[in-house]
Formats: sequence, C-alpha cells, structure tokens
Amino acid sequence: MCLGIPGQLVEIIDVEQHRGMADIDGVRREINIGLVLNEPGGLKVGDWVLIHVGFAMSVLDEEEAERTLSFIKLMGEVWDDEKAQFSQEAPL
Amino acid sequence: MSTPGDGEPSPEDVVLERIEAFRRRRPKLKDEFINSAHGAGGKASAALIDAVFVEAFRNDTLEGLSDGAVLEVGNERIAFSTDSFVVKPRRFPGGSIGDLAINGTVNDLAMMGATPRWISAAFVLEDGFSIDELRGIVADMALAATYAGVQVVTGDTKVVNKGAGDGVYITTSGVGLVPPGVNLDAKSVQPGDKVLVSGNIGDHGVAVLIARGDLALEADLPTDSAPLNDLVAKLLAAAPNTRFLRDPTRGGVATVCNELARAAEVAVVLQEAALPVRGVVNGACEILGIDPLYVANEGKLIAVVPAAETDDALAAMQAHPVGADAAVIGEIRDDPPGIVILNTSFGGNRVVDMLVGDPLPRIC
Amino acid sequence: MKFVDEYRDPAAARMAVSQIEAVAGPLTAKSGQHLKFMEVCGGHTHTIYKHGIENLLPESVELVHGPGCPVCVIPMGRVEDAIAVAETPGVIFTSFGDMMRVPGADGNLLEAKARGADVRMVYSPLDALRIAEANPDRQVVFFAVGFETTAPSTAVTVLKAKERGVTNFSVFCNHVTIVPPLKAILESPDLRLDGFLGPGHVSTVIGNRPYRFVPGVYGKPLVTAGFEPLDILQAIVMLVRQIDEGRCEVENQYTRAVHDEGNPRALAILAEVFELRPHFEWRGLGFISQSALKLNDDFADFDAELRFNVPGVRVADPKACQCGEVLKGVIKPWECKVFGTACTPETPIGTCMVSSEGACAAYYNYGRFTRSATIPVRAAEPEPVA
Repeated sequence: MCLGIPGQLVEIIDVEQHRGMADIDGVRREINIGLVLNEPGGLKVGDWVLIHVGFAMSVLDEEEAERTLSFIKLMGEVWDDEKAQFSQEAPL
Repeated sequence: MSTPGDGEPSPEDVVLERIEAFRRRRPKLKDEFINSAHGAGGKASAALIDAVFVEAFRNDTLEGLSDGAVLEVGNERIAFSTDSFVVKPRRFPGGSIGDLAINGTVNDLAMMGATPRWISAAFVLEDGFSIDELRGIVADMALAATYAGVQVVTGDTKVVNKGAGDGVYITTSGVGLVPPGVNLDAKSVQPGDKVLVSGNIGDHGVAVLIARGDLALEADLPTDSAPLNDLVAKLLAAAPNTRFLRDPTRGGVATVCNELARAAEVAVVLQEAALPVRGVVNGACEILGIDPLYVANEGKLIAVVPAAETDDALAAMQAHPVGADAAVIGEIRDDPPGIVILNTSFGGNRVVDMLVGDPLPRIC
Repeated sequence: MKFVDEYRDPAAARMAVSQIEAVAGPLTAKSGQHLKFMEVCGGHTHTIYKHGIENLLPESVELVHGPGCPVCVIPMGRVEDAIAVAETPGVIFTSFGDMMRVPGADGNLLEAKARGADVRMVYSPLDALRIAEANPDRQVVFFAVGFETTAPSTAVTVLKAKERGVTNFSVFCNHVTIVPPLKAILESPDLRLDGFLGPGHVSTVIGNRPYRFVPGVYGKPLVTAGFEPLDILQAIVMLVRQIDEGRCEVENQYTRAVHDEGNPRALAILAEVFELRPHFEWRGLGFISQSALKLNDDFADFDAELRFNVPGVRVADPKACQCGEVLKGVIKPWECKVFGTACTPETPIGTCMVSSEGACAAYYNYGRFTRSATIPVRAAEPEPVA
C-alpha cells in the first residue's frame, strides 16, 4: 500500500497518546506520531512527515530531498557539458 | 510496444480497436439492483438512464440528454429542467441543501442559455423532521432565489414514515426563456475551439466530503454553490458564438468533457498546468487519492468558445464575482474523437476516462 | 505542495529522460533487446499512468507492472469471507476504499452494502476503532489489507484496542509481505527482467537490506524509488547506470524518506502483534509460504477469523482470467484474452481491472492512446494554452 503523502507537523496534541496535527497544503488531520517519535534527530513541530492511513511513517529529511533534486540537475549539466564539448570537436 | 507504420495493425492495435468499438456501443445495463455507482454521474449512471428511462420515454428531446429541454412554444423557446437534492450532511461550510436546490436548477437552465424565471419545489419530508431545520433550509432557498432573480411559484409537500426517507429530499424544476439567437449545442463544437472553466475546481465535492466528518479532515473550504445565470449572460454578450456550456456537478470536469467529446465526436485536450485548483482542494485530494477532475462543483461552468472569442470570453468571466479565477484549460481537436486527453504538468499525457463508480478514496 | 511540486518539474523530467536514453540507447543497440524493469508497487503503477511517464520513456526502456498491489492479489475466496462477515447481523464492517469494488464470486462489498450490510469506508484503522468505541453494542470489524507499509498501523490499532479494553473490535487480517512474491517472480522461468524499482513506502518500514537477495542471488539490480514522477525517472537512471557500469546492487533513490535500517519502532510493533502464516494464497501467484501475517496468540481476541464463522472456501479464479500472468509481468494488459471485452472497469473479472492501480485498470483508463494518437499530441512541447 503506497499512498503516502508529505505533511507538516503543526502541533503535538498529546505526546503520551502519540497524537499530532498535520497540515497538508491547508488541510488538517490528526495523525498518529508513535512510529516516528524515536527517529534519530527527534520529532518537533515544523518537521515534515510522510503520512499513510493516518500515521506518520517517516520524518522527511530536507537535506536528502535537496540532494535528490540536485542529483538529476547536476547529471543534466554534466550531460549538457559533454554534448557541448562533443559538438565543438572537429567532425571526424 | 507497437511500431506504427508497418501497414499491418499490431496485436496491440487490434485490442485497442476492439476496446474503442466496445466504447462506441451504447452503455449496457447488466445490474438488477440500484447501487451507489448509478448516482455517481459516470458510466453506470449513463447505462441506467439509457436502458431504463430513455428506452421507455422515447422522444427526440429526451434523447438529447442535455441538462434540460428546450421546447418551442409559438415564437418563444422555453427551457425546462429538473433536479433532486439529497446531499448529506444537509448543512456544510458555505451553504446547505437549500442553496443547492435553487442554484442547481437555475444553473441547469443557464447552461441552456436560458434566463431562469420560475422554480417549483417539492419536498419529501420524513416523519419527525425538525421544522426549525426545514425553516432554515427554506430560508436559504428564498435567499438564493432572490439573489438569482427567480421566483418559487409552486411546490408540493409529502410526509413519509420514519425510516422511509432521509430527513428531507428536495426536487426543484425550473422554467426559463431562451433569448433569440442563443444556440448552445455540443454538436456545434469544432476543432480549434478553446475550453474554459469559470474558476477553481473541486471545491464543493471536497467541502462536503470533509463536512461528513468520516475522514476526520479539517479545512477552511466552503462550497462554491452559486447561481451562474448572470455570468452566462455576460459571457454570451462578450462571446456570442459560444458553442457549449455545462456545469460540472456530479462527476466533475472529467465527466462533462467526456460527454462533450462523445456528443461532438471530437477530442478534448486539457492542460494539467492550466487547471485552477485551490491548494486546500489539492491537499485533500492528494491525501485521499482522488482526482480533482472528477470532483463535483456547484458554482462553476465549462464553456467551449471559438478561438477568436476566447480572450473576450475570459475577460468577461474574470470581471464577474463568480468567474474571477476563470481560465483557459484546453482545446478541441479532431483526433482521437470521443476521447479526453490530459497533458500532464510533468510532460507526459494520459487519457481521462469516464468515471466508473463513485470516486473512492484510496490508500494504495 | 512542498516535497511534491519539485518532483513534478518537467524540465528536470526532460533531463532525466535524456540521461536514460544516453545510457540505455547504446546498451540496447548492442544487445538488440530493450531493458525491462519491473515496479512492484501499486503506487508506482498509479504514478506512472497518472503522469503519463511511459510515453516519455525512450524505446530502450520498458516498465513492467508487478504484483505490488495488495488489493489485486487478494483471492476471491477471501473477499467472499469479508462479505460473509459484513453480512453477519449486527456487524459494522469497515474497509479502505480500495477494497470496496473488488469482486468476490458473488459481487463486491459495495453491492453487499446495497443489499443492507453496514459497510463503511475508513481512511485509517484508528477510525474503525473509534467507530467501535462509539457503537459498543455492535461488532466492528476492520478489513486489514496492505504490505508492510500498512501493517504497523493495524498493529498499533490492535494495541490501542487492547489497552483501552475495547472488546467489540476485531481485524480480518490480509496483510502480506513483499519479499516472498519478489522471490516468486524471480523464480519464474518465463520472465526476462533487467532490474527492479523497489517499493518506496514498504521500505520506510523494512529498509533496503531485505532486498539484498535480489542482486545477491538473482543478479538483478534494485533501486528503492519514491512516488513522484521524478523519483521514478531518477530510479530508472540509476538502474541503467548500474547495468552500464557492470554493477549489481541495492540502491536507495528515496533517501529523503527511507533509511537503510527502515523504521525499527514499526518493525518491533509488527513483531509484537503479528506472526507469519505458514502459507497464503495470492491471486494469480498461487500459494506462497511465509508471505502473509495473522494476529499472534497474544492478540487472538482481536482476530475476526476466530470470532466469526468465516467460510474459508477457496474460490478458483475464472478460467478466462489471466491476472496471474499480468501480475508477473509476463503479459501486458492488452495481451490478456478478455481485456477490454469481457473484462472492463465496469465489468471486471479480475482485480487487475478493479483496483485503480491494477495494471489493467490503469492501462484501460489511462494508457490506451499512448502510442498512436497521443504521439502527435506529445510532439508539441507543453505550452500554456491561453
């Protein structure tokens, strides 16, 4: 089952009961944060989490997200450079 | 993957042809009992209407299957339409069943180009229903009628046993006059025409889903229920050669575009990046796995206008309070006929098919 | 939307596609065969069709849809069991939306609801528990489906039910695990695959290590992939690069959500509440051992199969149904003999057509015109229409 969507934790309603409030583009839903309370780095209001059937499954790592996005763009630049270089070389 | 251009149709092409032939056939009704899919506005609804109602009532006007009927009486053209309202919950952010009951029928008439004038309202009330609540609903209807410029001139009331109804069911019928020179018809739609929407899509369906409370979502989202007759009048004044109007209620924009594509035998090509959707509607649809294209609207219209009149049509709508977020969302092409295609923001494309049953939230 | 929109950037998509072609093109020219990658997650199938990714890919790469749709693989007999429980007087039967239209031998849950069964759709198992607490005089049953992504949520719900002393709540458990069907696919003699897109959300729970046998034993690379269109394209880039560079390993594309070790808390909860069934029938794949979960003895009180009389009859798939072959990626949807004729979204024979990310439903609804008609549509660069 795969529908997991990113949402921002805007409130920790009750730590003991594992209840948090998530905001997904203006829609709010109470979520269970029990599965991510012990993630390395801890959990705090403002963190982004992956939500699946009302549970936070994972804390989204913004640095890794950046890295993922720049990976493609970097490779794209490398490829464009190669293409540019190739077209500058004299035809065989 | 098939390689076109060999002369011989590939096995895949043969199967695709077979599907298309199947699709062109009239929808068949195989069910013995009504289920919720029959009310969703998609394929099951179409099959039911065709096999049970059109089959029995047989006449040209009905078989046009528009939102309403245009009838000639002497030199006048009268538009006549009916609709039933069963929404739960009866009250939701921004409105109630009463607003829908008036605006829904006003809009059906407006989509035929008519000036709505007179409404009838029939109530089926369940034994034990609160009269206070009824007063509230009727007050909403009165306000909506005044705002839309129509009068409720006749009606009916019935009471059914407790358990035999759902609080209240409302049926409204409406009569309006179609001005001379106004001829809206799906069949007049041509390749090159543009497809416009009058504003943000998906508001009403999501607002009601949230108001039901089962999904425990909270959002600041009111219904978009509104009368469109004034907007239509301004639109037709600015773009007199407008071909087609329809309000995307049950089944959403996707259903209207599919009905149009089939009736006019054209392709409707939509641009995902151009679809106006509020962030909060997008968020709710993402959570639930629903596509905003299939979600009901109660205060929006789809218009198909000739390319030359697009700018004027858009400007006229954007200048109107209920059309402020109007946008051009697609165009009409000749191929492939009967199909709606979406060019995705990502650069790919896909077919937007008719809804099968109710759009169900998914978790997968 | 943050964490979403950036991964739907068309410019980045074009870059990714040219990278794929740059590497895969020469590879396939040499071997004479295009590369076939299987995605084993229903969510991936859905994204691929929703964003029209397949017709962006070059001819050198083909995506095959595998059995990662836990709705698709539920055999008809289990749906019949669910309906039987739903029709038991006094029961409120709760289910995710996905399962409502899956056909048993005699109709689906929506039809049972039309006949009078109290079937209610829920978004979360916790909603089902809330319904139980609000209706103490009724028996509330939750239809639990899903892979390891969803199982922890069911487990937490059962733990809460026990903690709160809710006795009118039970679970009809059909959770399945991802590794056994992967193995079954890899063992198929009629399969030719060059690599896998790993199920990103299952991996948030189980991590990346359980997939090591894929390159280790079967010599195929696997890249755990996210669910946005750019994630999928990037994962394909990583796969073709592995092949090009002669590597064969498990890689993680979905690093923003997936840690190598998964989610230890979720795994611990799974171990606390569930145990593996000795075997379980998968639609189209037959019986697979150790592939599904049931509530263990400590939580037997919450097991709907023990609380209710469940027929437990095995219902054979209709002869015409070729769902199994589609699930294994052996045939494409349009190659199934009943695709588009007897089996359509309105009249589905098999679950591949019912579930919104069954390969057949996705292809029928989205993919029919990808080759012929939409190529001229695609040829023009997407531009604002106004």
